[in-house]
Amino acid sequence: MKPINSKEEYQQYVDQKTPNSPILKNCFNAFWVGGLICAIGQIIFEICKTRGIEETISYSIVSIILIFISAFLTALNLFNKIGKFAGAGSLVPITGFANSIVSPAMEYKSEGYVLGVGAKMFTVAGPVLVYGISSSIIIGIIYLIFNTQSITLI
Amino acid sequence: MDWMMVLKAFILGGIICIIGQILIDKTKLTPARILVTYVTVGAILGGLGWYKYLINWGGCGATVPLTGFGNLLSKGAIEELKSMGLLGAFTGGIKATAGGIAAAIFFGYIASLVSKPKIKKQ
Amino acid sequence: MKKLGNQTYVLSKPVNILSTACIVGPKEKEGPLNPYFDQCLEDEFWGENSWEKAESKIIKETVNMAIAKSKIASSEIDFCFAGDLLNQCISSSFGLRESNIPFFGIFGACSTFGEALTLGSITIDGDFATNVVCAASSHFCSAEKQFRFPLELGNQRAPASQWTVTGSGAAVLSKDGEGPYVTAITPGKIVDMGIKDANNMGAAMAGAAQDTLLCHFKDTGRKPSYYDAIFTGDLGHIGKDILVDLMDTKGYNIKANYNDCGVLIFDKETQDTHSGGSGCGCSASVFSGYITHMFKDGKYKKILLMPTGALMNSTTSQQGESIPGIAHAVAIESAFPTDLKV
Repeated sequence: MKPINSKEEYQQYVDQKTPNSPILKNCFNAFWVGGLICAIGQIIFEICKTRGIEETISYSIVSIILIFISAFLTALNLFNKIGKFAGAGSLVPITGFANSIVSPAMEYKSEGYVLGVGAKMFTVAGPVLVYGISSSIIIGIIYLIFNTQSITLI
Repeated sequence: MDWMMVLKAFILGGIICIIGQILIDKTKLTPARILVTYVTVGAILGGLGWYKYLINWGGCGATVPLTGFGNLLSKGAIEELKSMGLLGAFTGGIKATAGGIAAAIFFGYIASLVSKPKIKKQ
Repeated sequence: MKKLGNQTYVLSKPVNILSTACIVGPKEKEGPLNPYFDQCLEDEFWGENSWEKAESKIIKETVNMAIAKSKIASSEIDFCFAGDLLNQCISSSFGLRESNIPFFGIFGACSTFGEALTLGSITIDGDFATNVVCAASSHFCSAEKQFRFPLELGNQRAPASQWTVTGSGAAVLSKDGEGPYVTAITPGKIVDMGIKDANNMGAAMAGAAQDTLLCHFKDTGRKPSYYDAIFTGDLGHIGKDILVDLMDTKGYNIKANYNDCGVLIFDKETQDTHSGGSGCGCSASVFSGYITHMFKDGKYKKILLMPTGALMNSTTSQQGESIPGIAHAVAIESAFPTDLKV
């Protein structure tokens, strides 16, 4: 190996030394676990449909049930094992959002119920809400600008 | 039951997760950044009115991933905007997603009451 | 002067390592070094209700065990040098608050044990103390909580990431005794190689390890083959390979007798620890357990222990700063050396 004289050379050398994630295997696992979670959601949705529940309400019911399952598995110390196996497969569906709220709540219980559980619950989910809600408001305002004729301001 | 829709949900949901996995492995984004990216992209696609095509095709395959959550936020904001004016842009998003947010917070709180973290065995 | 060359110090009368002790967690128990640990815990809480309390208890019991083994009354111990990874060194200060020994809380990230041995040896050599206790600890769960994510978060670990050792090691150093002895020390400089990936600590620290190791060889005139074994603290599998390469470019072949405590403590294949162990407790427990045993069995007579540390916290990595490294080398030999002339 030739001598390393700069930080850039070292970074290049380190990149080549560092093993890559087994991306094909990870993608396969993410695909079937993520797909399975969505398929379970669809089954719940179809059941709602046969009972004549309205579509938007059905989607909410699906979310809440999946969130409950995710919280339940997290509390049983099982979700991290699924997450380790499935990666984005369990992170990207709403189950990952629920897990990101439940896991810090459990972790920071030792700091008390107000500043521990209450505050730290949003360490991962907080940014999601901040960016999700802010972008929806911005999108609303942009929509308003393009449709000023059809929408009354107040 | 419409098993074809279940299969479509499986495929679409799986593909959306693969995109997330590639982002994790190739860009070293942390979970929080992945979720933020997804919710923002979903909100933009929803605002443009494109996300509904994914939902029409794949049902829960599009609504269950966090992009669906983002779509719901911006769709809610726009719909409420139409009926209530500017105020709707502020109230619509959270109204549409209230069930999911409230459920996650409530179940998170309950879980912290009844359970404590354990080490990963692996 | 006791200084040799640029930054190596020869102790005028080598400092005796009177006793060592180590306590480790359940995952370390399942690892290949199991027979060498004094005590292995069955669970990470050890009867406490928080990870931080558990870690304090581990370092407290380890220090008590080392003192008990040394057969010196704790009132005879002049100083304690101890540190850990948690904010403001609370594991050490809370764990040792009832010890009644004048206390120095030190921080050198995962190199803390090397720093403690160095400072302890200097104090004894300088006639400021007769007996000193040095200790360091880390805990997987408290470290994850502080530096990474909640335990129950379902994320995947990067292939280059390392597993923080749950455990603690302690050593009682004394003016008198039959060895092994601390004979020379090479305190390290801070070296920043510009690595920003907090999941690749081995690469960030390897530069510092190389710097200290080169200084040590140049200052003492020793060759790598002088030592029966050379140990770095927690470079892990990736960092270990990098250090071998880096030393090779400088004309030193260390492959034959070099190993890393983070590589030794876990079995990479069966324990899924990716690049190996890390944390203050890694080099501390491997030294206090495995390496000390090897001295007792006569398998080692001369070793160089070089704990390595990544001097960063979660704020600096969020701000996009690179990760500076440090490594302190401590030469430990079973007899007084004759080759070091100051």
